[in-house]
Amino acid sequence: MSNKILEIKEVKREFIMGTETVRALKGISFDVNAGEFVTIMGSSGSGKTTLLNMLGCLDKPTEGTYMLDNVNVKELSKDELAKLRNTKIGFVFQAYNLLPRTTALENVELPLLYNPLISSQERRERAIAALQAVKLDGRFDHTPNQLSGGQQQRVAIARALVNEPVMILADEATGNLDTRTSYEIMALMQDLNANGKTIVFVTHEPDIAGFSTRTVMLRDGKVQKDTENTNRRSAKEALASLPETDDY
Amino acid sequence: MKIINLILLAIKALQRNKLRALLTMLGIIIGVASVITMMSIGEGSKQSINNSLSSMGSNMITIMPQSNEPGGARIMGSSFKTLTIKDVEALQKNAPHIAMISPLASSSGQSINAAANWPTTIQGVSPEYLEIRKLSVQDGIIFSEQDVKSSAKVCLLGKTVVDNLFPNGESPLGKVIRFGKIPLQVIGVLTAKGTSNFGQDQDDIIIAPYTTIQKRVLSSIYFNQIYASATKEDDSDEAVDEATVALKATHKIREGEENDFQIRTQAELMTMLNSTSSMMTALLTAVASISLVIGGIGIMNIMYVSVTERTREIGLRMSIGARGIDILLQFLIEAVMISVTGGVIGVVLGISAAIIIPSMLNWPTVISESSIVISFLVCAVTGIFFGYYPALKASGLDPIEALRYE
Repeated sequence: MSNKILEIKEVKREFIMGTETVRALKGISFDVNAGEFVTIMGSSGSGKTTLLNMLGCLDKPTEGTYMLDNVNVKELSKDELAKLRNTKIGFVFQAYNLLPRTTALENVELPLLYNPLISSQERRERAIAALQAVKLDGRFDHTPNQLSGGQQQRVAIARALVNEPVMILADEATGNLDTRTSYEIMALMQDLNANGKTIVFVTHEPDIAGFSTRTVMLRDGKVQKDTENTNRRSAKEALASLPETDDY
Repeated sequence: MKIINLILLAIKALQRNKLRALLTMLGIIIGVASVITMMSIGEGSKQSINNSLSSMGSNMITIMPQSNEPGGARIMGSSFKTLTIKDVEALQKNAPHIAMISPLASSSGQSINAAANWPTTIQGVSPEYLEIRKLSVQDGIIFSEQDVKSSAKVCLLGKTVVDNLFPNGESPLGKVIRFGKIPLQVIGVLTAKGTSNFGQDQDDIIIAPYTTIQKRVLSSIYFNQIYASATKEDDSDEAVDEATVALKATHKIREGEENDFQIRTQAELMTMLNSTSSMMTALLTAVASISLVIGGIGIMNIMYVSVTERTREIGLRMSIGARGIDILLQFLIEAVMISVTGGVIGVVLGISAAIIIPSMLNWPTVISESSIVISFLVCAVTGIFFGYYPALKASGLDPIEALRYE
């Protein structure tokens, strides 16, 4: 058994826009092992979003193979892809995408609702555990508009965790947050990673990439650089070194 | 997703938009309530017609004389003289599906008891007449076959006649009254039947043996009508066929010639009267069901808005593992929930209206289970039909685009 969570080989993705063919990904190969914290970076137009959709099993490659936890995604039907997303991937979005007017607990329960094997009691217990893991004790009954941005993102992370996925896939998860809250979220991510979660984090902030173990740099639909982070920063330390903010 | 969770989800979604849900339901509520009300009014009037007709005997057959002179002026059927005792005998012999038979010779005139008098109709019949017409004797007895043979001067009085000839309330039994110049001994009083559907006082009659009327009152050998009853209600058609054949033979009517009699069954009369009320009911129900359709379109409209509003939610649900069918069912169940809840409220309102109307407008109403079941099914189907397209649209969304939808 290999411990490769992701195996991407010569993946290409082309879109047909009218008469033109847009080649968003032009042959990308890399692997992600279990327990890695990979950031994918790139400027806009580099194919970052396309790659993310592919990794999240929302899209399939035109060419090449994508193996997620030893399953070839290309061979799966729409419904099988949905099941894969449900059981193997935890999404964290830039805009949190929590259901409005729905409590934190219910938001976290949501992925489990689409898994018919889980009883309502187990669902509740796991959702509570996930919210405790992101340190949101006592906020179970708050709706998103009663929570701050950082708290909302924590709820979203709890929602991504609750299914015990093989990989957490974050799309600019700190994009809407201020530096302090971003660091808090990254500290949480590092904690999760330390506990063995594989994380793929898409961002365009080099600052954020510094918290990961490895950075994959995209440019024009190709991997430009794939480097291990030798001087990995600790988000907790970064947080501590931030100047005290004066609340006014 | 399990169905129970989908239903809970739909309830929550509707609770979040209570006013909108209620307004959307309104069309369905009005539609279902009016369909049930209209159908119960229709059913009520139909049943009241049927009741009064079957109180006359539902397997009754009436034979009347009719002109068969081509070209001549058509005259009232009863003024023709074609039916005689021979016809009655022929029917008794040759029509096995006719159980009972009674000729009718009637005459109008003044009935007199001492100082009281009353204009009424006397009907000369055989004893079976009472059973055919579902008349019964309240006091006294029916005259016998022997009385018929001897043209006995006996009679039975209807309640109206009793009230007018015996205003002091004494028993008419055994008294002798006069009809015109003929003295008749009262041997029985008929049970009151009240006013018929056509506004006729059914108790304003005197009944006597037909021979008495023919010989002593009319001096005629002809009958105005012949009443008969089929062995069973379902046998009416056979009985009519047999009677037609038998009467054609006695009247010597050749093939191709017009009959000089006509035969009517109670069933025909019932159908005739019912078809009018059925048509009215159908018309009113059709108008009412238009509002059901409009209600359905309202649901479709709101569901489309709801799908557009919740595009991001749909995208999110898909990205965390909802299949197309989960999304489809989520919206479909929401639509069905709206229409079924509206249907339940509509059924309650419709039933209340059907209960209140008789006391307010004095129209009879009968709530039929079928109207409730039908309108309920129709609104469930409406929900599915009009909810399906928005739900299909939702389930067909591309999760990538739905997630980025602004």
